[in-house]
Amino acid sequence: MTPEQIASIAHLARLAIDEAELPRYQESLASILSFVGDLERAQTQEVSPMAHPLTGLVQRLRPDVVTETDAHELYQANAPQVAAGLYLVPKVIE
Amino acid sequence: MNNETWETVIGLEIHAQLATKSKIFSASATTYGAPPNAQANLVDLGYPGVLPVLNQAAVTMAVKFGLAVSAQVTPLSVFARKNYFYPDLPKGYQISQYELPIVARGHMDIVLEDGTTKRVGITRAHLEEDAGKSLHEGLGASSGIDLNRAGTPLIEIVSEPDMRSAREAVAYMKKIHTLVRYLEICDGNMQEGSFRCDANVSVRRRGTEKLGTRAEIKNLNSFRFVEKAIHFEVARQIDIIESGGKVLQETRLYDPDKGETRSMRSKEEANDYRYFPDPDLLPVAVDAAFIASVRATLPELPDEKAARYASAFGLSAYDAAVLTASRELGDYFEAVVREFREDPKLAANWVMGELSAALNREGIEIGASKLGPARLAGLLRRITDGTISGKIAKEAFEAMWASGEDADAVIASKGLTQISDPAAIERAIDEVMARSPGQLADYRAGKDKLFGYFVGQVMKATGGKANPAQLNELLKKKLAG
Amino acid sequence: MSLHTLSLKRLAAGLRAREFSSVELTRLLLARIEAHQPQLNALISQTGPSAMQAAAAADGLLARGGGGPLTGIPLVHKDIFCTEGVRTTCASRMLDNFVAPYDATVVAKLKAEGMVMLGKTNMDEFAMGSSNETSFYGPVRNPWNLKRVPGGSSGGSAAAVAARLAPFASATDTGGSIRQPAALCGVTGFKPTYGRVSRYGMIAFASSLDQGGTLTVSAEDAALVLRAMAGFDPRDSTSVEQPVPDYVAGLDQPLSGMKIGLVREFFEKGLDPDNERCVRAALRVYEKLGAKLLEVSLPNLALSVPAYYVVAPAECSSNLARFDGVRFGHRAKDPKDLMDLYKRSRGEGFGAEVKRRIMTGTYVLSAGYYDAFYIKAQKVRRLIANEFEQAFTQVDVLMGPTTPTAAFELGSKTADPITMYLNDIYTIGANLAGLPAMSIPCGFSQDLPLGLQLIGRHFAEGRLLSAAHAYQRETDWHTRVPPGYE
Repeated sequence: MTPEQIASIAHLARLAIDEAELPRYQESLASILSFVGDLERAQTQEVSPMAHPLTGLVQRLRPDVVTETDAHELYQANAPQVAAGLYLVPKVIE
Repeated sequence: MNNETWETVIGLEIHAQLATKSKIFSASATTYGAPPNAQANLVDLGYPGVLPVLNQAAVTMAVKFGLAVSAQVTPLSVFARKNYFYPDLPKGYQISQYELPIVARGHMDIVLEDGTTKRVGITRAHLEEDAGKSLHEGLGASSGIDLNRAGTPLIEIVSEPDMRSAREAVAYMKKIHTLVRYLEICDGNMQEGSFRCDANVSVRRRGTEKLGTRAEIKNLNSFRFVEKAIHFEVARQIDIIESGGKVLQETRLYDPDKGETRSMRSKEEANDYRYFPDPDLLPVAVDAAFIASVRATLPELPDEKAARYASAFGLSAYDAAVLTASRELGDYFEAVVREFREDPKLAANWVMGELSAALNREGIEIGASKLGPARLAGLLRRITDGTISGKIAKEAFEAMWASGEDADAVIASKGLTQISDPAAIERAIDEVMARSPGQLADYRAGKDKLFGYFVGQVMKATGGKANPAQLNELLKKKLAG
Repeated sequence: MSLHTLSLKRLAAGLRAREFSSVELTRLLLARIEAHQPQLNALISQTGPSAMQAAAAADGLLARGGGGPLTGIPLVHKDIFCTEGVRTTCASRMLDNFVAPYDATVVAKLKAEGMVMLGKTNMDEFAMGSSNETSFYGPVRNPWNLKRVPGGSSGGSAAAVAARLAPFASATDTGGSIRQPAALCGVTGFKPTYGRVSRYGMIAFASSLDQGGTLTVSAEDAALVLRAMAGFDPRDSTSVEQPVPDYVAGLDQPLSGMKIGLVREFFEKGLDPDNERCVRAALRVYEKLGAKLLEVSLPNLALSVPAYYVVAPAECSSNLARFDGVRFGHRAKDPKDLMDLYKRSRGEGFGAEVKRRIMTGTYVLSAGYYDAFYIKAQKVRRLIANEFEQAFTQVDVLMGPTTPTAAFELGSKTADPITMYLNDIYTIGANLAGLPAMSIPCGFSQDLPLGLQLIGRHFAEGRLLSAAHAYQRETDWHTRVPPGYE
C-alpha cells in the first residue's frame, strides 16, 4: 500500500485523513489486505458467490400504493442547513 | 452531415420515468411539482436504518417494455448499488441493475423519411431509481437539494451504437418515446423530465472497424436538442482529430443558448462506481406465467398498427409511421377513416398536414384538437364529391377550426362552393383572354409559363372558386385556339 | 426482595401478581444505572422521565387485568436501534446530535408489548469492534473486572444485563457482536437466523450479516422476548415470511437423542486451556442429559475471518456513504466547497476503526480488485455455508467455545487490527451462513466468565433455546452476579 493508494481510496470514500495519520492507515490496510489474501488459497472454481445467506429466496413485491404523507418538517428537524424546504450544500457548479 | 471521410457512430441511453403512483422503493408519491421535499420520506432521504421494498408496478412496466422490443426478460435479475457521492443522491449510492438487468437484448425498427427502415439493437434495459434535483440559483453561495424526485422509478434503455446520423438517432428516440406512451408506462413529458436522453457520440474514418473515443452528452430533453447536439459534437470531434488532437472520453452538456456542447467540470474525474449486488434486496423473479399475463395486456404496438395502416389504407411506410407516432393520433386518423372511407390517403395527408400544423401552432395535443374526426371527415367528403377544391378546403378548415361549425355550414356561409359549371368557367376565361391580348399573343408564340398567369386571373375573377381541374382543361383548349 | 436479581420470567410473574409495580422496578433500575454509570459507562442515554411514564401506564394496564407477558418489564436498547424522539448515536460523533424520527420495528414491537425503555446502551462505533473500545463516548468496562473489556460491539448491552441494570438488552450481531460480549460478561446472548428479526430501523453495518437479537440472564428470558421481537416485517425485504413459534412453550423439549457436533477446528490452536476445560465440562453435562457427541470437521471455517473482513467492510463502506453532513448528522464548520463538506464532515464524524473499514471496503470493491477480493470472499462464504449444511445432515446442533479467551485488558489489543479481528474466529461462520447461534455461560477462568456457543440450523431458534435451557436447569453459571452488583 503506497501513500498515493491510501490517498486515492480516502478520496473515493470522501474521508479527510491527516497527513500525520496516513502512515498508520497505510500500515493497517496493508496488514488487513495481506490477512484477507489468505482467501486466495481456497478452491472456489465450482461455487458461485453468495450475496445473501438464505438461498432460493426472491424479492417480495409491494403493491403500487401511495401511503406516505408530507412530514418534511419533522425530518428536517435534524438537518444542519435548510432554506425554503431545501437542503443546503456549498454551491455546485455543473 | 454526410461526410465521405468520416463516419458517425451514435448510441443512445434513454431514461424514462415509469408512470407508477408510488416510488420504486418507497410508498411516496411520484407526482410532479410538489413543494420541495414534501414527497421525500425516510427511505427516499436515505435516513439511517431504512430499507428499500420493490414496487410491483415497476416490474410489470419493465417487462411490458421488454416484450414490446422483442427482448428476453431475465428470469432472475439483480439490483446493484452504484456508489458515488453527489448531493442529489442521498444514500451515496444509486440502486440500479448492473450485471443482470431485467430486460436483455432486443431491437427497435425505425423508418426514415426516405422510406428506408433500419433495425437498431437494444443492448439492455434495466430498472433503477432516479436522483433528486439541485437548484443553484437564488441561494447565495449554496445549492439547494430537493429530493422529491429521488426514488422515482426509471427504466434505462441502452441502445447498441447502431445509429449513423443525427437523423437516425432522433428517429430512434422518437420511436422509443412513442412506444413507452403506447404501453402507458411513461407519460413522455420531456419538459418535466419524464423522458431524458444521453447520447454517446464518436467518429471514425469510414471503412475502419475500431470505434473512436466517444463523448457522452447528458440530459438532452428534446428531439431538436438531440439533433443539434449531435451535429455540433460530430463537427467538434472531426475538427480535433483533423488538427492532430485526440478526442477525450468525457461527459458533456449541451447548451441550447449557445448551440454547443461543453465539458462537465464536476463529473470530469472518472468515477469508480464499485458496483456490487445490493444486500438489502433479493433477486427479482419473473416467471413464464407472469410474462404471459403481461403479454396479454399489451396494446396493438406502433409497428403492428403502422403495418396495418400501410396494408389496409395503402399508406407508405413513412406516413404510417408518422400517423402511429402516438396512440391518440392513430386513433384520430382511424376515426376519420371510419366516417370517410373513400380516400384514406387524403385523410392521412390532412391529418399529417393541416391538422398537425394547427395543433403545433396552438401548442396543443391531438386530444385538445378544436376539430374532431367527424367534422374533418365531413370536410374531406366535400373535396372528393367536388363541392370544394382542395385549396379552398384549407380556407374552410381554418374557419371550421375557429368557429366550431361543420363543413357544410362554413361552405354555405362563406360561399365556398366551387364553380364546376363549364359554361361559367368558359365565360370567365373568355373575359380574361379578352383583356389580355399581349399575354395571349406571347403565350401562343411559345411562352408556356404564361399559362400560370391565365390560371391566376381566372381564379381571381371567380373568387378562387373555379374547379381547378376543369379550369385547366378548358383553359388549355381555349388558349390553343 | 432484590428485584434486580430476578429473572425476567420471575419479574413478569411478580408484576402480574401485583407483588411489586413496574414503577417501583423502573425506579430501582434507573437508580442502579445512574449509580454504576461512572464505572461501567454502559449507557449513552438515559430516558428516566419517559420510562417512569411508560411504567405507570404499564401498571395501569396490569391493574385492569390487561397487558401481556412483557408488560411493565424494563429494557435497554443498543444505541443502534432508532428510537423515536430519542437520541440515537451508534456511539459515533457522526450521530451525536441525531434524534431519530421513527422507531425501529424491534423497538415498536417491544413498546407495543408494554416494555419500559430505560435508555440506550453504549457500543463499538457503528457496531465495528469486539471490545467496545471504539465508542465516541468512551469504552465500556466489564462488571466482572473493571480493567477489562466487556466485548463488542454490544458491550454496553452485555454489561448492563450482567450488572443487573436491566433484565433485557437488545443488541445486534454481525460477526459475533451479541455472542462474544455475552461470553465475556457471563450472560446469555442470542443471534437469530438471518431474516428472523426485522432490520428496519437498525442502523446498517453489513446488511447481509446484521441481525438483531437478545441479551438476557437466561435462555428462558431470551425466549420470552424473542417471541415478541421476531416476525416478518413488510418494510424489510430480507425479512422472512415464516411464522414465529412459541419459543417459551417449546423450552422443555427433551434433549435425549439430540446429536451435538463438535467442530474439530474450534478446538485447535489458539483456544485457551481454561476455556477448553469449561467447554468440555459443559459437553459432559449434555451427554449426561442424553445427547450424543460427534466430531465434525469444517475445514473452510478457517477462512471465515478473512472472508468476513472483505464482505463486511465492503457493505459498510456503502452503507455509511449516506453520512455526508447534508440531511442529518455531523457537519463540518464553514465548508469551502462540496468536497470539503464531505471529507471533513466524514473525517471528523467517524473514528479510526470506522474509517479503516470504510477504506478497506472501498478498496475491495474497486475496479481491478472486485473479483480477487469481493467475489472471492462471497465464494468462500458459500463454501462455508455448504459445509455447515453438510454438518447439519449429521448433527442437530454444533457446539464449541464462543471466544478464544476470557475478557482481555482494555487497550491490550488495540494496536493491531488483526489481533482484534481474531476474537471473532468462532462466531463469524454463523453470520456468513445466516445461522442462528447463541452463547451461554459455562464457567470461569480466573474469575472471568467463559461462554459455550451453540449453532443451529436455519429457523431452529426453538431447538437452540431448549437445549440451552436444559443446560441452565442443570447448572448455575448463568445465575452468577459480578461481585459488587448483587
